[in-house]
Amino acid sequence: MADATTYDPLRTAGTWGRRAKIIVYALLTLFALVYLLPFSVVVLNSFRDLGDISRNGLIGLPHSFSLDYWVQAWCKFCVGGTCEGIQPFFYNSVAMVVPATIISTAIGAINGYILSKWRFPGSEVLFGIMTLGVFMPGQMVLLPWAQVLGFLGLTNSTPGLVLIHCVQGLSFTTLFCRNYYVNIPDDLIKAARIDGAGFWRIFRKVVLPLSPPIIIVTVIWQFTNIWNEFLFAFIFSSGTHQPITVALIALSGGGTAVHQYNVESAAVLIGALPPLLIYLFGGRYFLRGLTQGALKN
Amino acid sequence: MASLTVRNLKKTFGSVPVLKGIDLEVKTGEFVVLVGPSGCGKSTLLAMIAGLESVTEGEIKIGERVVNMVPPKDRDIAMVFQSYALYPTMTVRGNITFGMESRGVPKPKRDEAVARVSELLRIESLLDRKPSQLSGGQRQRVAMGRALVRDPALFLFDEPLSNLDAKLRVEMRTEIKKLYQRLGKTTIYVTHDQVEAMTLASRIAVMHQGMLQQFAEPRTVYDRPANMFVASFMGSPSMNFLPAQITDSNPATVELVGNDGPPIRLPLADRAAKSGSGRQVILGIRPENLTSYDRRQVEETPYLASIEAPVEVVEPTGAETMVIVRIAGNEVIGRFEHNASPTVGEPVKLAVDMAKACLFDPETQMLI
Repeated sequence: MADATTYDPLRTAGTWGRRAKIIVYALLTLFALVYLLPFSVVVLNSFRDLGDISRNGLIGLPHSFSLDYWVQAWCKFCVGGTCEGIQPFFYNSVAMVVPATIISTAIGAINGYILSKWRFPGSEVLFGIMTLGVFMPGQMVLLPWAQVLGFLGLTNSTPGLVLIHCVQGLSFTTLFCRNYYVNIPDDLIKAARIDGAGFWRIFRKVVLPLSPPIIIVTVIWQFTNIWNEFLFAFIFSSGTHQPITVALIALSGGGTAVHQYNVESAAVLIGALPPLLIYLFGGRYFLRGLTQGALKN
Repeated sequence: MASLTVRNLKKTFGSVPVLKGIDLEVKTGEFVVLVGPSGCGKSTLLAMIAGLESVTEGEIKIGERVVNMVPPKDRDIAMVFQSYALYPTMTVRGNITFGMESRGVPKPKRDEAVARVSELLRIESLLDRKPSQLSGGQRQRVAMGRALVRDPALFLFDEPLSNLDAKLRVEMRTEIKKLYQRLGKTTIYVTHDQVEAMTLASRIAVMHQGMLQQFAEPRTVYDRPANMFVASFMGSPSMNFLPAQITDSNPATVELVGNDGPPIRLPLADRAAKSGSGRQVILGIRPENLTSYDRRQVEETPYLASIEAPVEVVEPTGAETMVIVRIAGNEVIGRFEHNASPTVGEPVKLAVDMAKACLFDPETQMLI
């Protein structure tokens, strides 16, 4: 029997194994290149001047180099009448994504804690219904949300979008946390109850300290999704209240002059940077959190 | 410290009855072991005493207080779990003091308590470690430390030794007994291991199918089991059961049923003889009362009878040798000296200590 811990399906004996290995890695490299190509085109264009782009085509190696387009995209370019670049919209997104991520993750954790450790009659059904939200298309709830925002007076505002993303994200955050907490032994909770700890104290002192893997997963997931979200942002915000995803459209749809491909590229990259950074720094925790079976005592 | 009274306690999960009316009276300072096969309801009973499961019907009293509706933290109990349930993110010290912190005990007092308990359990050197850095036995000690650090009315143990390997289990068993002898706290201890029950308990409560089968001192449970379930559950190897019939009333004997050859008659001790001639019974004999034959002993000891039976299997265990023979169509196990070596297939002569035999009613399975 092969040693389970070091088992490698490609490490078979003979030349066949080696050949298979070469083919697999060649394919993987090819796919990686295919995926990276559009990204590298955008990156390169963000440093090229317009003449270079129109002479040598959108796809091509740079013959010029300048960081100026990044500066323009950030704080000088005119979008929808104001000439402050995409900076204000970037801040709009930050003002939306940070509270929405924190609130939806926090509520998801508490929901998961209750649904796994403080079950009550019907809690499984409730969990099932909440999970349905994962599969619900956003278009379905546009009208209800329009009414709710109108009723609350939050139309076209960042708090309005925060509210939407908190509620829309609850299904996911609850699902993640509940499924993680299910693996925390019930005996820990029982022991803590006998030790005199109540609902919140058990959550803070016993459950939360065990939670970093799933909290990281949930935060990355929520941050990325809310930052990249377009539908709700597009429908429920306009003008200076737009998050960056919507502003990028406005930027490219200026309509009057020639397309400023370099500035647009830089703007797009600025818009993509936060989720990218989050994933770069948290990616390994993300995978670990998703695959880890909670804990071994 | 306090007593514990359980009165007509019932528990149903959905429509499944798990406990069918348990009565238990535990005196202050007693060590009571709840023992039974898995699924007998012993852990549920303990969880109900702890307040972790609700009461369907009946009453639980700790001391003079009915605690049916009292939450676990206010029941003044401490519990040791089978999984130890140590908080993985806290140090050993944190684990031990968590309960006191929850109850707002000031720090100097907590430190004092930790020092006392860690000395008692010899875990001083482990105080700053995390549970994941401890061995099974050490975790077990910490779990006990967490329970011992307070001075509760009641100690509850839920199969605390079953996650340990055999050797360590025996060591920790002795240790628990020592601790109990030293502290003398009222303790309820759940186990499925009848040896643990026998060695630790002041009284044993044998449970089966949600009912209390017998509640008595270990000696009584072993020597005079209330029914055939208790008789077969307590003791290893199990008690032998032989269908028989009471034949004479003076002097009383039983004749084994189902024998092809000449009838096998065994003398009955006084107390068993009263149940009347002709009655069908189940004769229960523990393996240690079925030993190698010694003529002088048999002649001198009352109710020591001899019996001859073919040997089927010989199982030496080192300290003694188990011999399986066939008596009246039944496989019967006897306990011989370690140097005894009967030949398989050959008949062997055995001494049966009928003074220690038990008679059961075949219908009700109750001790006669």
